[in-house]
Amino acid sequence: MQGELAEILAEYEGEKGALIPILQKVQGKFGYLSEKAVSEIAKFSRMSESEIFGVASFYAQFYFARRGEHTVKVCLGTACHVRGGERILDEVKRELGIESGGTTEDYKFSLERVACFGSCALAPVMVIDKNVYGRMTIAKAKDILAEYH
Amino acid sequence: MVISQETKIINLAIDGQPVKTKEGTTVLESAQQAGIYIPTLCYHHSLTPSGSCRMCIVEIEGMRGFSTACTTPAIEGMVVKTNTPQLQELRRDILELILSEHPYACLICDRKEHCEPFHITLRKQAETTGCTMCPKNGRCELQKVVDYVGLTEIRLAPSRREAPILKDSPFFDRDYNLCILCGRCIQVCQEVRGIGAIAFTYRGSRTLPGTAFDKSLQDSGCQFCGACVDICPTAALTERSGRWRGLPERSVITTCPYCGVGCQLSLEIKGNRILRTVPVMENSVNSGQACVKGRFGITEFVHHPQRLTMPLIRKNGKLVEASWEEALDLVTEKLASYKGDEFAFIASGKCTNEENYLAQKFTRTVMATNNIDTSARLCHAPTVAGLAQAFGSSATTNSISEIRSAACILVVGSNTSSTHPVIALEIKRAVQNGGKLIVADPRDIELCRYADIWLSHSPGTDVALLMGMMRVIFDEGLADLAFIKEYCENFDAFKKSLKNFNLDSVEKVTCVPGDKIAEAARLYATYKPASIIYGTGITQHSHGTDNVLALANLAMLTGNIGKPSTGVNPLSGQNNVQGACDMGALPDVYTAYQSVDNPDIQKKFEIAWGCSLSASPGLAVTEIRDAIYKGEVKAIYLMGGNPVLSEPDAKHAQEALNKLEFLVVQDIFLSETAQLADVVLPAASFAEKDGTFTNTERRIQRIRKAIEPAGNSKPDWWIICQIAGRLGGKGFSFEHPSQIMSEIASLTPSYGGVSYQRLEEGAIQWPCPDDAHPGTSILHAGKFARGKGKFSPLIYKSPCELPDKEYPLVLTTGSSLYHFRTGTMTRKITGLNAIEPEGVIEINPVDACPLKISDGSKVKVVSRRGEVIARAKVTEKSPPTVVFMTSHFAESAVNILTNPVLDPVSKTPELKVCAIRIEEAQEL
Repeated sequence: MQGELAEILAEYEGEKGALIPILQKVQGKFGYLSEKAVSEIAKFSRMSESEIFGVASFYAQFYFARRGEHTVKVCLGTACHVRGGERILDEVKRELGIESGGTTEDYKFSLERVACFGSCALAPVMVIDKNVYGRMTIAKAKDILAEYH
Repeated sequence: MVISQETKIINLAIDGQPVKTKEGTTVLESAQQAGIYIPTLCYHHSLTPSGSCRMCIVEIEGMRGFSTACTTPAIEGMVVKTNTPQLQELRRDILELILSEHPYACLICDRKEHCEPFHITLRKQAETTGCTMCPKNGRCELQKVVDYVGLTEIRLAPSRREAPILKDSPFFDRDYNLCILCGRCIQVCQEVRGIGAIAFTYRGSRTLPGTAFDKSLQDSGCQFCGACVDICPTAALTERSGRWRGLPERSVITTCPYCGVGCQLSLEIKGNRILRTVPVMENSVNSGQACVKGRFGITEFVHHPQRLTMPLIRKNGKLVEASWEEALDLVTEKLASYKGDEFAFIASGKCTNEENYLAQKFTRTVMATNNIDTSARLCHAPTVAGLAQAFGSSATTNSISEIRSAACILVVGSNTSSTHPVIALEIKRAVQNGGKLIVADPRDIELCRYADIWLSHSPGTDVALLMGMMRVIFDEGLADLAFIKEYCENFDAFKKSLKNFNLDSVEKVTCVPGDKIAEAARLYATYKPASIIYGTGITQHSHGTDNVLALANLAMLTGNIGKPSTGVNPLSGQNNVQGACDMGALPDVYTAYQSVDNPDIQKKFEIAWGCSLSASPGLAVTEIRDAIYKGEVKAIYLMGGNPVLSEPDAKHAQEALNKLEFLVVQDIFLSETAQLADVVLPAASFAEKDGTFTNTERRIQRIRKAIEPAGNSKPDWWIICQIAGRLGGKGFSFEHPSQIMSEIASLTPSYGGVSYQRLEEGAIQWPCPDDAHPGTSILHAGKFARGKGKFSPLIYKSPCELPDKEYPLVLTTGSSLYHFRTGTMTRKITGLNAIEPEGVIEINPVDACPLKISDGSKVKVVSRRGEVIARAKVTEKSPPTVVFMTSHFAESAVNILTNPVLDPVSKTPELKVCAIRIEEAQEL
């Protein structure tokens, strides 16, 4: 890991204000920001680990624990909420055996609840990785998850 | 930095009142200067204003909306209103939002004036639910702001964060249920301390000051300086010590007794007990900052149950309590038979100027010998010798407050963040201001994080490194030849000696790449003003004086001396090392370095003291040991030192003390050395007596008696006077240290204008020759003290003991932030012991691996002189082949290992380099 991390950091040598792109790139490579990664980024950017963590934890896009291979996002925005998004989320939770924010033990899936994808016409919506699934029902959710197993 | 002469004065009106202020001042500062109160919560004058709490909003004519006074610069003709009904209404709304997340029942209770009866019992509950149970009650800034804006009702539903109280610091608690998210703790940690142990973490309603991955403070780099506690407007951060004792009855401003920075501290006192020690804001030394030792490491040792409270006399091999009469009589009777060179006095950089003055006066007049020396011998004697030779005055050339304005700083042989934490803040401030930082240290010390260049040279190769830099500076035409021509001498001889230091050979000796050395040289020579800061990493070598001379050369070569933010600045380790030397507690000089072998000076002192004096210099601390073995020195009077742990080859040092016929030790604790004494005299601590300390920048500062001495302990000056008087000494009938200072001033040119009366108005930096003289912040301005600055040609000498097959590693020594010297004071502090309970040996993974040493395992460290057991800390902070230990722990006393070889000029031992090997230790 150290070598790959150093490679990413080397790209930003001497650049100021590059923290967010660094964090994104590191997360892109390793899937999340580990303690070790934050510590190395801190040393590289001459900031403290707490400062780096403060920035990263402000954004929903950064994760601090190993993620599942697939990220399942269930929308609970207004439209999806009205059309039963909560029940879809419950089904996914049951199916994967994790709470929202959690990751399955086999690191296959991570689950998140989100507030609106802007696909309200398709409500309720579930998104896995970059694929959007609209007009969800409990049965459909189950089938779709099965495709990713 | 040059202050612009034409700072424009501008006029504005605040609440109808005309206000004059300097351009660049904010509206808030202008109002404060005019005595107009504007409520604030997130603002603090030592921080960059953030304008986040919105309490300081004001109306400014012609500006839309409401501006925050703390971030708005005052401009000519501005008309400001701070207290309109609309502003107050807005402030109440904002404050309501803030308070919906903070316990507020008491804040707005209309009966709060009458609320008292359960005060004392309720205070003791662990969680704060209202003002009367809050340790900050009476000092809380929320209380003040709520009163001012007239908030009487909170319409929002209370929301409690239910945050657990974090107790991961040994000194303070963090109760974020009381946090108002002003961000001051975070700002002070990042901006002022340069640490950033905490930051705002998460977002929205979850936002709180926190650490990365919610780690403990210690794992996040917290140095427990307490700045966050001091700056917190509420009780979210509160010191545990003295928490339930209520408000102090009085406070006394004094000088910190730890390192040579001389931070001004306010001792808050109730009865005869110190509740807390808080850094003083208004002074140029520490401006409201302290370190963990000064902030949290004083109360407990002053009030420690192990303080010596009665004299002890050895009877049948055991130390037993005795009366002062009995002890003083015994000391007098014994010492009477050792007058002359059989006697030696070891004075101390921990004691006051007045006490050190009396120590040398006693030794010279009553005991008729010049055998007097101090602990300075073990640290800064090469500075005294080297800087006197090069410049003519043996002290720090510039002042602490100038460091922040330096364009370049070279820190060499000083782990400043550990040894002089408040000076490290100035260095970090300089870096924030755009200054360049070069760190030359074998180890990856904290300052390396802020450095532009880190030169990790092999221990003991400083002369080669520095001469290499100077060769580059000279060869590349970066030397300030005009300065050298006008102000210096002996340059040609020096120039010749540079020939031996081409970068290739320097690279071989120092193990630092030549281009890095060249880069550092260019940086130092071109970014002006440049300042040099050094510590015992320079002096504790068998060629320590040469190291100092090399630094003096470097400063002169680039003209970086005699001007603001330049100079050669040694950092003295103890609070009063500078003063002890100034006072003539040295074997070859009287006060202010007046030689004992100069007949005129001898005469001056003979007349003043009314007795005849010896013209032959006495023995240095490090020579006394051999003199004891030879039977030449038979009795020693030791004031406040602990040579059993502090001297090199400690086993040998202890054996020597055992050989003495008579040993008197005067201390506040029964130190390892005091345990060997024939008579132990209990001394009062710094908080229990009056006096002065001279800090590392030559600033003479008062210490003030804040409480009565513990038990029957007495101030050192009183004890010396008693013994001197009983032995027939004249001129020892002092009733107060101020009288001693008058005598010092009359005999000491550089202290001539110093008196307690003047010190009340402010501390003075010597030289201050007379009453009218303002003191001197920069030495050698316009002219060197010795006339011309003298260049010294140098050759490189390697350390006396280099690694070999049998002892393959280099041991270097130093200090931790959390302990001090031999630990006599700091090891009494529970919290400091919790953070750092034992001495470790730092070793690089490269060296640890083949020896099968894992982090935390116990190892035996062996040198030619002895062996100790210590826990290994496997870390890349120490480079390969170099291991590191601190000198604070008797259990793993590093000086059992160190090499007693001396610098021939200054007689300072080579504590920084010796060869060792590491063996796996059997678990005992």
